[in-house]
Amino acid sequence: MAKPEHEMTWHDLDVGFVVTEPGNARCYRTGDWKSMKPVLNRERCVHCGLCYIYCPDMSYSMDSEGFFIVDLNYCKGCGICAEECPTKAITMVPEEEE
Amino acid sequence: MGKRVGMEVSIAASEAVKLANTDVVAAYPITPQTHIVEHLSEFVNNGELDAEFVPVESEHSAMSVCLGSSAAGARTFTCTSSQGLILMSEIVYIAATMRLPIVMILANRSVSGPLSIWNDHTDVMAIRDCGWIQVFANNGQEVFDHVLWAFRVGEDRRVIHPVIVNLDGFILTHVIEPIELLDQETVDRFLPPYEPLHRLHPDKPVTMGCFAMPNLYTETKKAQDEALKATMPTILEGWKEFGDLTGRHYHPIEEYRTEDADLLIVAMGSLGETACVAADSMRAQGKSVGVLEIRLWRPFPFDLFRQAVRKAGTLVVMDRATSYGGPGGPVSSEIRAALYGTDHQPKVVNFIVGLAGRDVSPEDFETMVDLTLSGKAKTRQEDYQIYGVRE
Repeated sequence: MAKPEHEMTWHDLDVGFVVTEPGNARCYRTGDWKSMKPVLNRERCVHCGLCYIYCPDMSYSMDSEGFFIVDLNYCKGCGICAEECPTKAITMVPEEEE
Repeated sequence: MGKRVGMEVSIAASEAVKLANTDVVAAYPITPQTHIVEHLSEFVNNGELDAEFVPVESEHSAMSVCLGSSAAGARTFTCTSSQGLILMSEIVYIAATMRLPIVMILANRSVSGPLSIWNDHTDVMAIRDCGWIQVFANNGQEVFDHVLWAFRVGEDRRVIHPVIVNLDGFILTHVIEPIELLDQETVDRFLPPYEPLHRLHPDKPVTMGCFAMPNLYTETKKAQDEALKATMPTILEGWKEFGDLTGRHYHPIEEYRTEDADLLIVAMGSLGETACVAADSMRAQGKSVGVLEIRLWRPFPFDLFRQAVRKAGTLVVMDRATSYGGPGGPVSSEIRAALYGTDHQPKVVNFIVGLAGRDVSPEDFETMVDLTLSGKAKTRQEDYQIYGVRE
């Protein structure tokens, strides 16, 4: 995207508000919607990948050690990963807590 | 040049859609638009028009199909009336925002209830602010001409807007009139093949119809408003080119015997021709009466309208729709708004007439003018009268 959304004027919009740049939804960081965030306990994680599969925002990706890590720029805090985790390795904590 | 033939206006309208070499027709039959859709369906069935005819299950689906086909780059046509328009209205707004140059004929009919199939303008006024270019035809020839004009202007790269061609239900749709059709060669000279700016195509993927958060929605509305207002030069150019080609010249505001007229009757649609007959009669009686026919309803030609009324002392404005609890009919509100704050302030008298197909004769126009001239008509800003209502 040429400019962040909040800086675009009406002149910057294409005819019919067509988006010509594929995949630019990535620029739209929906992570600031959440009030709760998932925290992973690596001791309990069995690398099953269910959090990765169930995440409706595709916020999880696997790191080099085989853990599935959430990208908080896109996580909306829905808690599905914590609910589905078979070993209860994921807990939802308030956004402001470390 | 084509020859003049006697033809039902609905058939002439479908002939124009055929001559425009339309790619997709998606429509649901509804009185009084039915004949137009039926004839198009026949043209496609017997191979006269190489198009997809999509027999949808509702008008909501009709406009949805039109969005898809226009987005894919197809020249797209639909046609509806009254309840059909109300049902499709959700998608009508989206077509304008997505700048898809669909052409729609609206066979104007009153909106229920009470249930009525006859003509007035309550349907189009319900979607007045939908963002389409909106024109009114006064007779069958104008319907034929304006279907071709609508594709030509709507698809122009400087415009890219959907266009509604309004014609009065039954009063025009079901009447046989002498109409001069154009031959294919002439139409092709006026109307080039459609070349969309953006289209849904795997070679160059785009996203259409996405959502806008509050931090962008205001900018989209500003862009849409400016884009519609900026269509005016191309609208005029389209009429100029059409006039040069066919000898039939059209303008946003048509004037009839307005020179030195003290009083102007202002009308839209088929009422205009009847008003002209009445004006001839009143001129013969020595009354200084002329007629303004508003052809272009959106974008509204404010400057041209003010120019057209600059010498008039009184405007007698016809409305074929009511605005319950409001300031009068939609046309009169528009005109009062157009004149507000200007140096020249003619008296504006508003008559609501011809609801649900009730006849408005030349004698009715004379009566309304006489009521105005004798000071018996209401003239205050919020005042209007429903003409002919039994008290």
